Amino acid sequence: MKHNKAQKFGMVIDLDKCTGCGSCMVACMSENNVPFRKDESDKFLSITWMRVYRLTNGKPFPNTDICYLPRPCMQCAGQHEGHSPCVSVCPAIATDYSTETGIVSQIYTRCFGCRYCMASCPYHARYFNWWDPIWPDGMEKYLSPNVSPRMRGVVEKCSFCFHRYQLAKEKAFMEGRRNIEENEYQTACTQACPAGAVTFGDLNNPDHAVYNLVKPDHKHSGRPTNPHAFRLLERLGTNPKVYYLSSRKWVRQVGDNYLKNEAKVKKPVHHG
Amino acid sequence: MSTLDDHSKEIPEDTAGGATAAQSPEEKIKKQDNGPGGPIILFFILGLFASLIVGWIIFPKLLYSQKKQPIDFNHAFHVAEVENGCESCHFFRKDGTFSGAPKLEQCIDCHEEIQGVDPDEIKFVEEYVSKGREVPWLIYSKQPDCVFFSHAAHIKGADMECVACHGHIGESESLKVYEENRITGYSRDIWGKSIGGFKKNTWDRMKMDDCADCHQKNYAIIEKTGVKTPTKRFVDHMIEVVSPGSSISGKGTSVQTERDACFVCHK
Repeated sequence: MKHNKAQKFGMVIDLDKCTGCGSCMVACMSENNVPFRKDESDKFLSITWMRVYRLTNGKPFPNTDICYLPRPCMQCAGQHEGHSPCVSVCPAIATDYSTETGIVSQIYTRCFGCRYCMASCPYHARYFNWWDPIWPDGMEKYLSPNVSPRMRGVVEKCSFCFHRYQLAKEKAFMEGRRNIEENEYQTACTQACPAGAVTFGDLNNPDHAVYNLVKPDHKHSGRPTNPHAFRLLERLGTNPKVYYLSSRKWVRQVGDNYLKNEAKVKKPVHHG
Repeated sequence: MSTLDDHSKEIPEDTAGGATAAQSPEEKIKKQDNGPGGPIILFFILGLFASLIVGWIIFPKLLYSQKKQPIDFNHAFHVAEVENGCESCHFFRKDGTFSGAPKLEQCIDCHEEIQGVDPDEIKFVEEYVSKGREVPWLIYSKQPDCVFFSHAAHIKGADMECVACHGHIGESESLKVYEENRITGYSRDIWGKSIGGFKKNTWDRMKMDDCADCHQKNYAIIEKTGVKTPTKRFVDHMIEVVSPGSSISGKGTSVQTERDACFVCHK
């Protein structure tokens, strides 16, 4: 839509608020018809578009500290817009970057399961369907009709609940609008989080909460003015649209790979 | 023309000569080449016709099963009765979603009791209305599960007519036979009546290509220049550098294809 100005949907997750309850994971699975198996004990094989990781500072008892880190798809923009790690390697144009929303899409019917994107994704945000989904008896009726279920042999990942964007747009068309409001498009994990740790919105729109949480400082190549903000593996240059907030320094450092002697470097690394 | 004929005469002679030189003991081959040429060509032509008949007539007949709708419906009659055209029954909900084929709830406004003498209406009231059962309509335009189609975007947003995709179904007096593809399970209206995939009107088919027909027109600049080659990409990039924003109008939102991103219509 050429009439619309480019949106850049992003997420800010406050790790100080996250309790690691896993509501976001549950909400995501049921919202997006994510398949599961009878035996989910092997976590390498389970599909979780949103996954909560547990981080520790690795110190012995009195000083030990834990932080939970929910990890959706980072919707990387890359060094120039659309040069996401996964999009640039896909040989089938099954995954694509939209300049309208800044969302990295995954078209299951186009994907033929080569899994290059999984290899290229530094966040392990992509999952492969090793089996056709088998829903327990009667559960098909509870699947969301707005999200197509995946078949065996394709890759899937978090879409920032793109179907909700589609529905919000539909409503906007009905009312003769072109743009959608902040509250009209929110992801399932955002709404499910009981601690209010997840904020979602348009990073380009100063009226949205996410914009103000990670207000870009244009003097420092767009880095958030908030000193607590960081992104995962920023130094790879993936330019993710998911920001994390933490008041704890060790958490911010775990977010990227620092060498041992490098840990003293206080200067944050700049990335557009 | 004469030179062409000469050539065509020369070539078989050459090849025949070569074949005999290489395989001099088997002279039977040469005899066969010269002898029954007529019957072979005839056989070939007959075979061609036979395969054409199989491919264009018999195969489509086998491919599609014929299903009748549970009850017949007269669109023309109903459109004349209602005030708001198609949208009287195929309406938009408040949230912008489209209702599709009407449910019993809408029909019941008029058809609580039998109104006329039409056998289909009597059947409808007796078998469905009085029993509270929904009519299992066969939807001609039903799309695969992975397709997201926003009626609101097209009708409200782009001011399109229903006819553009659905054809003149509103003027039909009875429902046509529903032909189901035995392999895919979709209606024949998706592929189109013509098995070769030819179409005259915008509503003849409902494949992705048909969506693309219109959607590509919006990016006329790209259409004109055709496929994206590296050179083309470079030139575009240079234009973009020299005067930013000038070429954007012709570009879609997809980074990979520079058309509309797949996610616009897929889910």
